[in-house]
Amino acid sequence: MREVAVVGIGLTEFGEKWDTSFRNLFVEAGANALEDAGMSGDQIDEIFVGNMSGGRFVLQEHIGALIADYAGLTKNHIPATRVEAACASGGLAFRQAYATVASGMQDIVIAGGVEKMTDVGGSETTDALAGAADREWEGLVGATFPGLYAMIANDYMNKYGLTREQLAMVSVKNHRNGAKNPIAQFRKQISVEAVMRSTLVADPLRLLDCSPVTDGAAAVILCPMEMAREFTDTPVKVLASAQATDTISLHDRRDISTLDATVAAGKRAFQQAALTPKDIGMVEVHDCFTIAELCAIEDLGFCAKGEAGKLTEDGQTALDGSIPVNPSGGLKSCGHPVGATGIKQVAEIVEQLRGEATGRQVDAEIGMTHNVGGTGATVVCNILGV
Amino acid sequence: MVGIITYGAYIPRYRIKTEDIARVWGANGAEIAAGLGVREKSVPDLDEDTISMSVEAARYALARRDVPRDAIGAIYVGSESHPYAVKPSAATVGEAIGATPVMTAADYEFACKAGTAAVQTCMGLVKSGMIQYGCAIGADTAQGAPGDALEYTASAGGAALFIGEDNPIAEINHTCSFTTDTPDFWRREGQEYPRHGGRFSGDPAYFKHIQGAAHLMLDQMGTEPADYDYAIFHQPNAKFPQRVSAMLGFTKEQITPGLAVPRLGNTYSGAVPVGISATLDVAKPGDRIFVTSYGSGAGSDAFDITVTDAIESDVFDRSAAPTVEELLANGKYLDYALYAKHKGKIVMQ
Amino acid sequence: MSVPRYWRKQQNRYNLKGNKCETCGRYFFPPRAFCPECRRDGKIVDYEFSGKGTVRTFSIIRTASDDYDMQAPYAIAIIELEEGTCMTAQVICEPDEIKIGMPVKSVFRKIVADGDSGVIVYGTKFVPA
Repeated sequence: MREVAVVGIGLTEFGEKWDTSFRNLFVEAGANALEDAGMSGDQIDEIFVGNMSGGRFVLQEHIGALIADYAGLTKNHIPATRVEAACASGGLAFRQAYATVASGMQDIVIAGGVEKMTDVGGSETTDALAGAADREWEGLVGATFPGLYAMIANDYMNKYGLTREQLAMVSVKNHRNGAKNPIAQFRKQISVEAVMRSTLVADPLRLLDCSPVTDGAAAVILCPMEMAREFTDTPVKVLASAQATDTISLHDRRDISTLDATVAAGKRAFQQAALTPKDIGMVEVHDCFTIAELCAIEDLGFCAKGEAGKLTEDGQTALDGSIPVNPSGGLKSCGHPVGATGIKQVAEIVEQLRGEATGRQVDAEIGMTHNVGGTGATVVCNILGV
Repeated sequence: MVGIITYGAYIPRYRIKTEDIARVWGANGAEIAAGLGVREKSVPDLDEDTISMSVEAARYALARRDVPRDAIGAIYVGSESHPYAVKPSAATVGEAIGATPVMTAADYEFACKAGTAAVQTCMGLVKSGMIQYGCAIGADTAQGAPGDALEYTASAGGAALFIGEDNPIAEINHTCSFTTDTPDFWRREGQEYPRHGGRFSGDPAYFKHIQGAAHLMLDQMGTEPADYDYAIFHQPNAKFPQRVSAMLGFTKEQITPGLAVPRLGNTYSGAVPVGISATLDVAKPGDRIFVTSYGSGAGSDAFDITVTDAIESDVFDRSAAPTVEELLANGKYLDYALYAKHKGKIVMQ
Repeated sequence: MSVPRYWRKQQNRYNLKGNKCETCGRYFFPPRAFCPECRRDGKIVDYEFSGKGTVRTFSIIRTASDDYDMQAPYAIAIIELEEGTCMTAQVICEPDEIKIGMPVKSVFRKIVADGDSGVIVYGTKFVPA
């Protein structure tokens, strides 16, 4: 296996993009990535795109070919693959791209993610997202997706005594970071009071505990480390890319408020990189709901189970803390175009490691990403470094 | 001798008071409650219907006395509010109590006496040896149009009676019926609410048919009202059964245990089956029970029942399921707005 | 979901019919064709659960999807059945009544209807025991 570098990153703005279609979102992100790498599209050998549900949101399947076509690359008959693991689709795309380059099968591969969620009404969106969980035995009986994470939150609060205020602080911190992120959907700071006052969605989770519905796309370009300097002076090395699964339903989990797939993927990533949590300078985690961020911090090994609330309250996960979490603003503030998030996380870490994250810069040499599908049935963890 | 093997009733937990309905229509609630003899009625939960209540009632019956599920040869559900106009409630009940697939089933409609018609059919199937056990259910989420008199009494509930010959807890000594074509109360296909003939539903309807069937029974059995310990009549309100029982010569004491309507309302096809359940809840071996149902359209089914020793024996555990009194207790009261939501009376987009 | 899908798992929903691996003794509800422990070595047999259990965790759903919206707010919970396996279901009680550890028992209710003209799906919910 040879060393792989990220040499280009590109994103669209995240938000309600009424004027931009599904296919144009990806093209925009891909073009930005090529621009960033100073590369021509003709140099791309293969495309991997993460997308949760083109079928439900835009009644479109066959995403790989669609993207390749609208990127102008089907004239080269480029291989293009859509991968899906609900909200971890982007993470999957990254790992597939990484493996393709690391194995020597291809040289230059683009890993992207895209989701266009606003062409359907809210109810259709909610129902489509419920497909990330067990349709038959969770969705059919009336468990909504926020409801599932709310059950995780209740289990966690019952076991570890987390307060509602501590949970709210996760959103507050992420909005503070996102306010400095030009692509973020929400660039306004919020207060703990605002979170506590927002409408209850599924007790105890309130509207401002939940990541929003978002359109957006992200793309990163990978190539062998030995080739990287042709494209950039600041290549970022992929130190690890690991993936794990767990039961699709929350009710089959060993422990409701521990995502064992996070623990497994995290351990595999640390093993691949020959590193420990102490070596990580910053981490982008999957905060689809505030409780998810706390579980992620613990399940990746940054602190003991039950302590992430206090860690957050003490400011340790802020940009200047001992382990900055979600310097991008996370899913909460950036928004969560489902398939794109996993790639956006990588793009953020790359931007940070290059020293280009103006206004939210973390001083670190190694960063990590953590992307979750459903309530933890798939997890992808990547470690990158300079 | 064919009889009742086991029984179970089901009543939803929500209630609305007569006066809370009256208030909406600018009527005098106390007067109406006194006039009808009904002070509150049951309201189904949003996820309850005739099928769900029938299943719960049948399961309660089987909790009191299990019956080999593959020996249940027939299920009939009588209701005016079957969830489907076409697709039998009885099939779902059969599946939910493990009686499928070797059984016959059908849904019945005969206004408020569909449940007792089901009992008669099961009796015939058992007596002829065609089946070993039959399940007869009367249940309804009764409809009453907003502002109509029926709104004060149309309620939800039902009961299941398992019929067989193998050591029944109550023997059905005889049944007979009195049926004519009488348009006192009806609902056309596709219409939401029934219509009725106002005062016409009294003498030419309820009273004529109940008395018709009751006299047939007393004549055919050679009995008098005093020979019975209990009497159960169809109860669209409290006044009608009180009046007809007095006209026939039954006493207030005889009809009281089987008169749930003051606190339950009229559960239409469930009314007499629930009345029978309430009476069996307190009956002792040897007690004799007189039953006459009434369904608009119109007809009455009468039954002469004698409770056996089996009701207090090891084969039957009355306490294994809630009594009608227990089901009536601890109701949760709704205001008219929530009641309207529960009953689907609010036009949704 | 579709008519055949609703029908296929009817018995399981109505009667809490799951299965059990006789090889390792694990119970499964929802039913599984394959024991995760024993896989092809597992002998799977039908099993009907008692319907008794306790609340392992819960939430009150305030924003539901369209077909369930009329019922909101309602309690959803992960129930630990007395046989040891867990399932997700609605618990019928007041929002402030439900607690982790609360004993519950199964009841038969409507789960959802496909509008005014589609099929009605029935199944198992729970009430405080």
